[in-house]
Amino acid sequence: MSSEFAVELRDVVKKFITPEGNELSAVDHVTMQIKNGEFFSMLGSSGCGKTTSLRMIAGFEWPTEGEVFIEGQPMGHIPPFQRKVNTVFQSYALFQHMTVAQNIGFGLEMEGVEKSEIKKRVGRALEMVQLTGMERRQPKQLSGGQQQRVAVARALVKTPSVLLLDEPLGALDLKLRKEMQLELKALQQQLGITFIYVTHDQEEALTMSDRIAVMSKGKVQQLATPVEIYERPTNKFVADFIGESNFLEGVIKEISKDEATVYVPVLNAELKGMPMSPDFVNGEEVAVSMRPEKIRIVEREADGDTLFKAKVLNSVYIGSDTHVYVDMQGARLKVMEQNRISRLDPSSFYSKEQMITLLFMPENTLILKKG
Amino acid sequence: MLKRLRESKSMQGTFLALPTTLWMFVLLIIPLILTLIVSFGKRSPDGNVIYTFSFDNYARLIGISHTCADGSATCFDPLYINILWRSLTLAFNTTVVVILMAYPLSYFIARAKPAQRNIYLFMVLIPLWTNFVIRVYAWMMLLRKEGAINIIIGWVASLLHLPFTPLEMLYTPGAVLVGMVYEFLPFMILPIYTSLEKIDGSLYEAAADLGANAVRTFLRVTLPLSMPGVVAGTILVFVPVMGTFVVSDLLGGKQVILVGNLIQRQFLDARDPAFGSAASLILMVMTLIVTYFYTRKFGFGEEIVAA
Repeated sequence: MSSEFAVELRDVVKKFITPEGNELSAVDHVTMQIKNGEFFSMLGSSGCGKTTSLRMIAGFEWPTEGEVFIEGQPMGHIPPFQRKVNTVFQSYALFQHMTVAQNIGFGLEMEGVEKSEIKKRVGRALEMVQLTGMERRQPKQLSGGQQQRVAVARALVKTPSVLLLDEPLGALDLKLRKEMQLELKALQQQLGITFIYVTHDQEEALTMSDRIAVMSKGKVQQLATPVEIYERPTNKFVADFIGESNFLEGVIKEISKDEATVYVPVLNAELKGMPMSPDFVNGEEVAVSMRPEKIRIVEREADGDTLFKAKVLNSVYIGSDTHVYVDMQGARLKVMEQNRISRLDPSSFYSKEQMITLLFMPENTLILKKG
Repeated sequence: MLKRLRESKSMQGTFLALPTTLWMFVLLIIPLILTLIVSFGKRSPDGNVIYTFSFDNYARLIGISHTCADGSATCFDPLYINILWRSLTLAFNTTVVVILMAYPLSYFIARAKPAQRNIYLFMVLIPLWTNFVIRVYAWMMLLRKEGAINIIIGWVASLLHLPFTPLEMLYTPGAVLVGMVYEFLPFMILPIYTSLEKIDGSLYEAAADLGANAVRTFLRVTLPLSMPGVVAGTILVFVPVMGTFVVSDLLGGKQVILVGNLIQRQFLDARDPAFGSAASLILMVMTLIVTYFYTRKFGFGEEIVAA
């Protein structure tokens, strides 16, 4: 391998002309370095540029500006069939007029591999995706999950250096999705191939990925490990998009090293010892972000320091958790509490208008730029 | 009664199929049976049918003649066999030419932008708004000796100071082929277009992704997946070309007599309905045999019909 990166996007821009004749930057100056053997996800809602980025790596689209590198080689206008990457399509794109074995063998046949060798490798690929014995079936005779596996086998049989997956589990039901997530992850670890995975499902990205690029409006919002993305989002978009967040307005009152004291008007209190990145200044207006599951409901008196009074607006039982919506002097927050104890008595749940006390741990909150 | 109809799916089906079934029975099955009965008959001197049970008409069609030049009782006369063979080869040639012309155009339309596709399809269909016979007449105007094509070629030749004698195009087998191709082209374009248009674009990308260049993608993916359209179009073209007589009548004159013309003349000129009926049935059987073997090999293109 001539590069430590399997794939690199250097300042890539992709512009499209919309039917109305406007110019649209689907991908807007994106730079990403994807390491060899990494499970890398591009996560974002539709139109964020994740699929376009993937298609530029595959060679179905060419960048308007910038360059895509695969194993250190600039790709320029090299067509898809000359790139060492293979794609698993969202729709699977199986050839309905061919058997499973012919589908999987297609890529090898194009390479001019000998028939007996094709047969052997197709057999191995089927074994890998646990479809042994399905060689002679037609794709339409298979279930969605099985078709998905055929699509993966068809791409992997070519032993690409990078496998591109475009929302491959989108058409499957939830249970099968979760199974396939773990299976794909296991397959990736077993093969050691770089996977680049496009999804709009954050849980999927968090479950499978080594690193995630959260994308929005054609830009990378944050590129980090799942834990960092969730626990240390670098902006309000990521904090809101990944998981859920409550945002309170605040003003920085005091900075000491990497901690800050923030005055939060709705609480009429100063929150002390909040972790902070170095690019904030004293007096700056900021957003204070708190994850619903990190706010605790306690049976203590409010002290205006870390304990605050709140009024229950609504309480929703969803099985594993209870979601409690509260009002704190006009600010609406969502609090999640795990149902650790089995109980049926409805009076033990929170009722409307009930006053409760919330515990804010400074280390569980984040200071983010206001924008 | 109404309640039973509401509950029984099979009764609903019967009801829905009833009008067409009746129509087909009265206007297809009964006439076919009558044709069969007449075909075993004989021509009476005044042009009517004498009902007998003889295979003479069929014998005549396969070349057994009783009016022999050398005076013997029976001899072989290939006249009708030749007509049948000519019809078959013309239908085959027409179908092949139509496929070769329709496929690239259908491909072009199917890959055009959605808004433009409808315009192109509209243009394909416009000729069908004009009567079939009138369109064939238009070809006569183009092909005849003093026709548009000869005038243009003559004009170009005179500009280049080349000698030019007008081409004899009308009343040739070529003219009939041109007319047939022109008439039946849309019936091939539409089914091929439909099958091409249904191919998911990601299949082309998948083929490219797996290492196939444009030619191999076409041969291994596009062509096989569009075969249902080709098959459906072939049936829609081959079967009517076997039977039409208008095109060959107007563009072929007496030079190109097809089985359709033969049948028409038995009923209108020769006044031999018995022989005409036998020829009709032979045509039908021939068409059925060809379609049978064809569809057994390639299917009916039912994927298109279902679309």
